[in-house]
Amino acid sequence: MRLITTTLLATAVTLCAGAAFAQGIDDPTREPYYSAFEGKRVAYIPVAMGFDLTEGWAAGLKEALEPLGMTIDIRDPNWSTDAGAQAITSLISEKPDVIVVHNPDVQSYARLLRRAEEAGIYVVQVNMRSSYSTDAFIGADYVGMGQRIGERLVEVCSPANGGSGKVAITQGVLTAAASVYQMQGIQNVLSQHDDIQIVSNQAADWDGTKAKNIAATVIQQHPDLCAITGFWDVMDVGTAAAIKESGKDVYLLTQGGGNQMACDGLANGTYSEVVVYHVPGQARDMATMIKHLIQQGQPAGTTKTTLFTPLDFVTKDNMTPASCWSLPGLN
Amino acid sequence: MRALGHLSQEQIVFGLAVLLCIGFAIALPGFLTTNNLLNLVRSVSILGMLGVAMGLVVIGRGIDLSLVALMAVSVAWTLQLVANGVPLHQAVAMGLAFSLVTGTITGCLVAYVEIPAIFATLAMGTLIYGFGRYFLLRLDVVYMPEAARHLLWLGQGTIYGVPVPIFVFAGVCLMGYLFLRYTRAGHYLRAVGDNLLAARITGIPARPVIVMQYVLSSLIGFMAGMVTAASVASMNTRVAISTYVYDVILVVVLGGIGLSGGKGGIRNVIVGTLLIGVLLNGMTIMDIQYTVQNVIKGIILLTAIVIDTIVNPRDEQTAQQGDI
Repeated sequence: MRLITTTLLATAVTLCAGAAFAQGIDDPTREPYYSAFEGKRVAYIPVAMGFDLTEGWAAGLKEALEPLGMTIDIRDPNWSTDAGAQAITSLISEKPDVIVVHNPDVQSYARLLRRAEEAGIYVVQVNMRSSYSTDAFIGADYVGMGQRIGERLVEVCSPANGGSGKVAITQGVLTAAASVYQMQGIQNVLSQHDDIQIVSNQAADWDGTKAKNIAATVIQQHPDLCAITGFWDVMDVGTAAAIKESGKDVYLLTQGGGNQMACDGLANGTYSEVVVYHVPGQARDMATMIKHLIQQGQPAGTTKTTLFTPLDFVTKDNMTPASCWSLPGLN
Repeated sequence: MRALGHLSQEQIVFGLAVLLCIGFAIALPGFLTTNNLLNLVRSVSILGMLGVAMGLVVIGRGIDLSLVALMAVSVAWTLQLVANGVPLHQAVAMGLAFSLVTGTITGCLVAYVEIPAIFATLAMGTLIYGFGRYFLLRLDVVYMPEAARHLLWLGQGTIYGVPVPIFVFAGVCLMGYLFLRYTRAGHYLRAVGDNLLAARITGIPARPVIVMQYVLSSLIGFMAGMVTAASVASMNTRVAISTYVYDVILVVVLGGIGLSGGKGGIRNVIVGTLLIGVLLNGMTIMDIQYTVQNVIKGIILLTAIVIDTIVNPRDEQTAQQGDI
């Protein structure tokens, strides 16, 4: 009798277990994961919408966070630091859960970002950092990038390698983080190389026409110029035009978010080399940090995380179809 | 000072430009070479073209603050259309039509609705930029598509070794000069600028002439925009919200076209443009820091204006009318 009972029980248990396996087991982390994000609000303040970097980040954030039930609210100050500061001020009272900010310079937003954190809002900075460190920074390591650019300039232009040693630098806006940190990096390297001479170091306000006029004059004055390094590929379309018109062989090393236009430019010889910080990768890093912060639920400002974006030095020779990306819905 | 009394502002500015030229030629090796001088003129030829457009409006006692915004948006839209597959000639025609229609609207606001030019064009500039960015364009910077490669010649080509933009600038200046000097509309424009009421009493169609000023400025603006786009293979619509339009006004005023209207001609624009060109070129060769460049530019401009005020004191008429 006992044996029969045991056998029956065992069969029943096996059957039940079998049924359970057929139905699957619920993942206990799912429910808290999804409910953590439901209805959370992210506000995004770039320096301006309407160019590859900021559009790419917005698209990436939306793609990653909206399916989770979060809302992305874009405040576009359109290159006005005042408008950006006002947007942050009004956001501090609106209390979104996260603010993603792209700083126009290292000073302007510093105090506001501190106030936002004190008000309990997580602050994620992207690509250009403020002097005040917040919960997370995602972007290029501009000092390191400057150093590697300096090293490339030495490799390409050093008289030991057959170059003339003369290089020119076209910055964007002098006070932008991208400019100040990068100059530091370039100086770190070039100060140790007396054979490399910076014949021109000018700012073109991120504008192609100004970049062209500067490059044309510099090439004119230094016909043996070896290389120009510019701080943004969109602006350096102008530098490239000046080089092309001069008919000289000047190495143009530029940088950007790796939009398809950069690879097209490499393919048709507009640029010689582009330093790429992959924008979709940065957007993914931001989304990951945001998910992390919200799930941890610690008070804003408790931890400070920096994620430097890996840099690709892309040339015509090492370029692959995956080196660049296209903005969704464009082209 | 009295010996200088017969000098006009134009001559003073020209003198300054020549002095700077001589100074740079002595101090900077490589300044006084054919190539550098060509490069100098090329780099300011777009500014000069816009100066001619602004100059015509200012001679007619108006001002066009929407000039740069209209240029940027209409040309960027043209490029966008080509990129979307519209044939090149059709896209250019549509861009030009957009520019002319907008110019006409601005002109009507000034001439018929009688809004002061400075406010009408300021508002139109903002409106055009906002409209363009929201409805016509998706990105700030519009690149020149492959299908528009033929246009590149306009900005990057050369004729007998001289860059094409210089020829376009010269052409615009010549047309402007002939228009003011020999056509009836040109005479009307100057008359309306000098004294609107007197012009109206003598039977000049004052309002249509005012509309014409803004149409002309939008036409020249579109041409300057095409050269800009061709020379850097892209159009940056951000110039619309930059201080570029004030540089244009500077060229005009510096050259000696009084903001009170009726005075000056194309020659003044050329002189003003040259001074700015020499300054920028020299400072870039010396590798002067950008912010310091702005200081120097400001000081030179103030100097020119101060000399003019001392040498040519305000007369009764300007005192009554005011500058704007």
